[in-house]
Amino acid sequence: MIYYITSILLVLIGMYAVLVKKNLIKIVIGLSIVDNGIHLLLIAIGYVKNGTAPIFSKAGLQPNQMVDPVPQALVLTAIVIGLAVTAVALSLIIRLYDHHKTLNINKIRKLKW
Amino acid sequence: MRKVIAILLLIIIGYYSIDTILKIPFGEGVKGVGKHYLESTIKETGAVNSVTAIVVSYRGFDTLGEVTVLFLAATGLGAILYDKKGKKRSLQNASLIVKTSSKIIYPLIALLGAYVFVHGHLTPGGGFQGGAIIATGVLLMFISYRSFETNHKALSIIESLAGMTFVTIGFAGLIYGTSFLQNILPFGIPGELFSAGIIPLIYVAVGFKVGAELTALLDNLLKTIK
Amino acid sequence: MSWLMIIVVVLSVVLIIAALFAVYQKDLLLAVIGTSAVSVVLSVLFYILQAPDVALTEAAIGVALTTIIFVITIKKTKRFEE
Repeated sequence: MIYYITSILLVLIGMYAVLVKKNLIKIVIGLSIVDNGIHLLLIAIGYVKNGTAPIFSKAGLQPNQMVDPVPQALVLTAIVIGLAVTAVALSLIIRLYDHHKTLNINKIRKLKW
Repeated sequence: MRKVIAILLLIIIGYYSIDTILKIPFGEGVKGVGKHYLESTIKETGAVNSVTAIVVSYRGFDTLGEVTVLFLAATGLGAILYDKKGKKRSLQNASLIVKTSSKIIYPLIALLGAYVFVHGHLTPGGGFQGGAIIATGVLLMFISYRSFETNHKALSIIESLAGMTFVTIGFAGLIYGTSFLQNILPFGIPGELFSAGIIPLIYVAVGFKVGAELTALLDNLLKTIK
Repeated sequence: MSWLMIIVVVLSVVLIIAALFAVYQKDLLLAVIGTSAVSVVLSVLFYILQAPDVALTEAAIGVALTTIIFVITIKKTKRFEE
């Protein structure tokens, strides 16, 4: 129960950084925090009380006392794609700084080519 | 003004989200597709790790898409930061303690990364984790020594060969008569190293590809510092 | 209250404080350290929720690679916000 509230609070903090802040790097930091919050929510939904990890390491483990393996496979893919999006966004920021010499979104909106 | 509207919007979204999500039951039993995957993962694939069996064998086509997205991101970053005059890294050399100990610890990190992606079907791990560990080891050498170079041609040849190996293993299933990415090698005894059909082969190819890609990405980023 | 519930409550409070610290700092280098602190605590929470694959992936990718990409970008642009 406490996992759900924590993950929604993380999503709200990240969205506040995307909506209000004016520096471009702060906006990308907010995007990364939103990603982390959603991953926590997905794994907390697939938890079973007194369950164990979904690996048949010993000979006598029964499959009806393990946690759900499908959300873990989804989150594994999502973490790698989050890294790819952050890397491309930061390379675009480096190019923008070389051209406009500022990182404020109000000033970049007003300058024309 | 903008701050007040944003905080009001976030309070409304937060209140209704928490009200809805607290109705999801926490800690119930596994139902539906997850139950079928847990019960029949040793009979149908031969792997002991259930998450690896889902990522490579049951939903293997999505893993092919994810490898493509990572390849596109690394290529896009290299294209955006392209500079015609080749630059060298201009960081300083680190101190003597860091230089000596990073030379000792770098082969151990590479060995740990290779262990993690070879044993992907027996213990927690897999191709993506092993590739990230290898890239972190190479980054340690980049930071300590100013003159540590990697061969860009060799890295791009390794990456292309590993990607083509993945697709060729998938086509072997089509040639044999069943579907794309079907498990055609014998299963063996669950719990040994040489078991579970094509799952270790696919994870070795993915581990090499991700390791080479992330190393080239870090090299491109570090070379642009003046 | 068992010991595990107390540890989970303490870790969640540390998580929220680190996220607030990362959003409200003016020095961008300290904000990046806050982001990597969120990733480390999240990796421990994934282990408590019985998901070892995801904990390994988050610790390998979220802590090492994301932090180094942010630090290289800050070095090529400004360090202080505004």
